[in-house]
Amino acid sequence: MLNNILEIVPEMPIAKWTNSATDWITDKFSFLFDPIKEHFGNFMEMTSETLNTIPPVIIILIVAIIAFFISGKKFGLAAFSIVGLWLIYNQGLWEQLISTFTLVLLASLLSVIVGVPLGILMSKSKIASAIITPILDFMQTMPAFVYLIPAVAFFGIGMVPGVFASLIFATPPTVRFTNLGIRQVSNELVEASEAFGSTGAQKLFKVELPMAKTTIMAGINQTVMLALSMVVIASMIGAPGLGRDVLSALQRAEAGAGFVAGLAIVILAIVIDRITQNMNKQKD
Amino acid sequence: MPVIEAKNLSKIFGKNPKQTTKLLDKGVSKDDILKETGNTVGVNRASFSVEQGEIFVIMGLSGSGKSTLVRLINRLIEPTEGTILIDGDDLLTLDKKSLREVRRQKLSMVFQKFALFPHRTILENAEYGLEIQKVDKEERRKKAQEALELVGLGDYMHQKPNQLSGGMQQRVGLARALANDPEVLLMDEAFSALDPLIRKDMQDELLDLQTKMQKTILFITHDLDEALRIGDRIALMKDGSIVQIGTPEEILVNPENDYVEKFVEDVDRSKVLTAQHIMKRPETINIEKHGPRVALERMREEGLSSIFVVDKKRNLKGYITADDASEARKKEIKDLQDIMKNDIPRVNKETPMHEIFDLIYDSPIPVAVVENEKLVGIIVRGAVLAALSSEGEVNLDA
Repeated sequence: MLNNILEIVPEMPIAKWTNSATDWITDKFSFLFDPIKEHFGNFMEMTSETLNTIPPVIIILIVAIIAFFISGKKFGLAAFSIVGLWLIYNQGLWEQLISTFTLVLLASLLSVIVGVPLGILMSKSKIASAIITPILDFMQTMPAFVYLIPAVAFFGIGMVPGVFASLIFATPPTVRFTNLGIRQVSNELVEASEAFGSTGAQKLFKVELPMAKTTIMAGINQTVMLALSMVVIASMIGAPGLGRDVLSALQRAEAGAGFVAGLAIVILAIVIDRITQNMNKQKD
Repeated sequence: MPVIEAKNLSKIFGKNPKQTTKLLDKGVSKDDILKETGNTVGVNRASFSVEQGEIFVIMGLSGSGKSTLVRLINRLIEPTEGTILIDGDDLLTLDKKSLREVRRQKLSMVFQKFALFPHRTILENAEYGLEIQKVDKEERRKKAQEALELVGLGDYMHQKPNQLSGGMQQRVGLARALANDPEVLLMDEAFSALDPLIRKDMQDELLDLQTKMQKTILFITHDLDEALRIGDRIALMKDGSIVQIGTPEEILVNPENDYVEKFVEDVDRSKVLTAQHIMKRPETINIEKHGPRVALERMREEGLSSIFVVDKKRNLKGYITADDASEARKKEIKDLQDIMKNDIPRVNKETPMHEIFDLIYDSPIPVAVVENEKLVGIIVRGAVLAALSSEGEVNLDA
């Protein structure tokens, strides 16, 4: 009897709806997706190739120098970068490292380009905030694998859908932290800026964004880390890089190869994380 | 024409504020309105006007609506009802752009917690108001520098705000407001966050600056002593309404209702009242007409032990004690000059009462109040004590 209440509405074909929505979007927006796939794909390959033409020694040195200066002229991070990156080279994973780095870099860059303005919009408008917040929740909690399916539908396989999936997975922290950072600017400072007759843009660029910078940078750091964590997952749809080695090691049950590739990801993560964190501290 | 004129300004926080203003007009109290509608009355039909060059203090306890009121004046908070005239122009009819212009040209604000931009240097803070007006760099630097020098911070231009003490930070706040060369300074509890000694210095400095600049200043404070010290006129607020507007003396001596009276009860009246409030008409004798005999007679009549001597133009010449006068009469000395003493403690009408204490404590005779050498009044010990008690009568017409 009670069960009947639950049966009033027959099973809704949500999966079917989603399929048709995906198909519809794929079909209708192919004019948009195809050029993106082509040009952006080419661009990414070019970036990868260019980085690959630079001798690894030079890249390792450049990273070490950046690490040295950005950590306040301390040797720790620089030394770690040299040893870590050399180890990756030593294990024959250099090319994969460059691919992974390219993917993370571009995905993070896009996340920031999309995320910061969205965060600003949220901080300024209650309505925008009410709409965007649940979407962000959705983006972050939906298992990342699920994004891969429409990503493949839209962009085929390769780096581009990998970036697309990373973008969805990694953007929320930048949006949230930008919003938070601006909202945290003390009311008195905002009032001061208004009382002197600032326009909205002046208030934003001269007071709010500079004041929120530390918080926004923390969000960007999170975004970069999330993008990196998508690397393995994105390799399932053909994104090249270290993730592909992890995946193939998994498929062949090779613990050793899996560990080596995993270690390379960890090293890359630590180097990127420490460098971006120090960028934040330095400008305080 | 007043520089600032506020008429029936109200601010209601909450939903349907317009309807709540009708309740205000009916005289429903703030508490009842909160119970009935859930709305908070920030400011309740406040009217006042501030003249050019005047320091007008709005004073009230926290929650009395004074900080809201000052924000209504530059529309950081939109009034629910009422009129604001700045130089006779209605501020509430202005669109965003014109409002910005008024804020840039006429109204500068100084904040309780300084509200300096921590990512900018002192100089960059001071030039902020000019920077957003797109004044060219060289000129705005020059003006900002002048403003900083005016408040004594010329040497700190390239420091960041957190490297400065509280008092210095507020000087920067003041310089930032002055760099715009506004007509009006809105000072919201500007000195409240400073410790008492620094606060007093800043008050003195503001008064000094004011004699040079003659700005129109709207000063918000919860500190009655501060209000009495710097205010030309004071408006007392309670529950969003202005309870009384008047000069410091009027508020102190003639409180309009119990609330004000209670408020001013604990005030150190000696800091506000001056010689003219407690002096009384002097008994004198004329050096050109009278001798010791008349002097003695006068003193006996009035029950005095000494009497002041003046000339025809009421210039103060000296005093004679009863002892000396009777001595003189026995010895048949005719000329007052010979027995007159001259060690009279003198003050002028504006001398504050607390400075009179020491004089009158040491002196066997009353303190003379003189103006251009002319004797205008005397102060006796009893009058000082009476004035200190809140029931004591003082002359307001002075």
